[in-house]
Amino acid sequence: MPVPITLDFLLCQGDFRLEMHERVEARVVALFGPSGSGKTSVLESIAGLRSLERGEIRIGSRTLYDSGAGVDVPSHRRKVGYVPQDLTLFPHMNVKRNILYGARSDRDGGSAEGLEQILSLLELHPFLDRRVSDLSGGERQRVAMARALTTAPSVLLLDEPLTALDRGLRARVLPYLKRIRDELATPMVYVSHDEAEVRALADWVVELDGGRTIRSGPALTPSAGP
Amino acid sequence: MTGDALAIAWRTVSLASLATLVMLPPGIALAWIFARRQFPGRAMLETLVSLPLVMPPVATGLMLIWVFGRRGPLGGPLSQLGIDVMFTWRAVVLAGAVMGLPLLVRAARAGFEQVDRRYEEIAGTLGASPRRVFLTISLPLAKRGVLAGALLGFSRALGEFGATIMVAGALPSTRTIAVAIYSYTETGQEAAATTMLAVSASIAFGALLLSNRFASSA
Repeated sequence: MPVPITLDFLLCQGDFRLEMHERVEARVVALFGPSGSGKTSVLESIAGLRSLERGEIRIGSRTLYDSGAGVDVPSHRRKVGYVPQDLTLFPHMNVKRNILYGARSDRDGGSAEGLEQILSLLELHPFLDRRVSDLSGGERQRVAMARALTTAPSVLLLDEPLTALDRGLRARVLPYLKRIRDELATPMVYVSHDEAEVRALADWVVELDGGRTIRSGPALTPSAGP
Repeated sequence: MTGDALAIAWRTVSLASLATLVMLPPGIALAWIFARRQFPGRAMLETLVSLPLVMPPVATGLMLIWVFGRRGPLGGPLSQLGIDVMFTWRAVVLAGAVMGLPLLVRAARAGFEQVDRRYEEIAGTLGASPRRVFLTISLPLAKRGVLAGALLGFSRALGEFGATIMVAGALPSTRTIAVAIYSYTETGQEAAATTMLAVSASIAFGALLLSNRFASSA
């Protein structure tokens, strides 16, 4: 089910200026564009890790930020599942404790069944007792996704989740993302600079360059931006 | 070792341990604040905390007498509650905690500064409140710095003399190793002084060795 997503805001950081004016209904919004175009900044703005100048961020019926109404939900109450490009798995916890970190802090949303479904979906059962430093790139990626998913997020924010993986691993992780999209019905904002990946996953694409939207439209037939 | 020396060594180690426990909560809080927060008056607070490092310990002791003496702003109310601080074991703990605090804060602060903020941010996005982020991410990741600081603070409390003799005197009930070495030497009991010296050196050596281990692998 497509979800209404509003990303309409201004972020100023030093000389960098990022402007978004998106109001779309989608399951997966892909942010596409070269390095430094502001893709990660969009994700971190949604996650509440950047201070915005003004605007609105809404996911479904939840308002995360609305400068007009004085709403700026703190990061820990936004219910976003953010998987940063560097993954940032907690080094002092094993795989299980990493994954459960978000589940524990979300007493109303997480359930044992939900957790079981996520672990099965990402085939993580064999790794639960491992140290995160002993995992391969693809395994780390799946742990980071599971950790974000166990918070029962209202949106999943993925920052180039396949870029660090080799071709074989990409081919194995991409189906997981499709299953998350189709089976868990969690909307995603997905950052990538790989067009094939975007085509495989997203139903809406926003192309950024230098902090501005240069195109915005359905994934298969990109159209001119509004 | 005589019974007297054993009793003094035991008293010193237990009171220094207690002083370490007393300095840990404010020490960890101050270390985290200095590593993570900017606020007006921060430089003043940092200087104040470090003051016992550079002031003569007897001067620190005198300040403690002003504050915790029976007519002091804290000692007065405590005395009315029936808690006397000066010239009791509590004064030994107090002197050790105040003198050890700056060392704890410095090492623990370095520990917190080494924690990548990214972990704290991501823990926040996973729904952890700032308090939970501190307890489950910042503190465990800064653990080695905090432990190294606690051992340094403990070592400082263990050898504390100047402030201790001001606030606790050299009474049989408050006498620590450092104070005993001074008293024995003053009264010509050289063998006893030498025994206390050996005990003091062994304990301090062990504590420092552990502290360096924690610091180097932090």
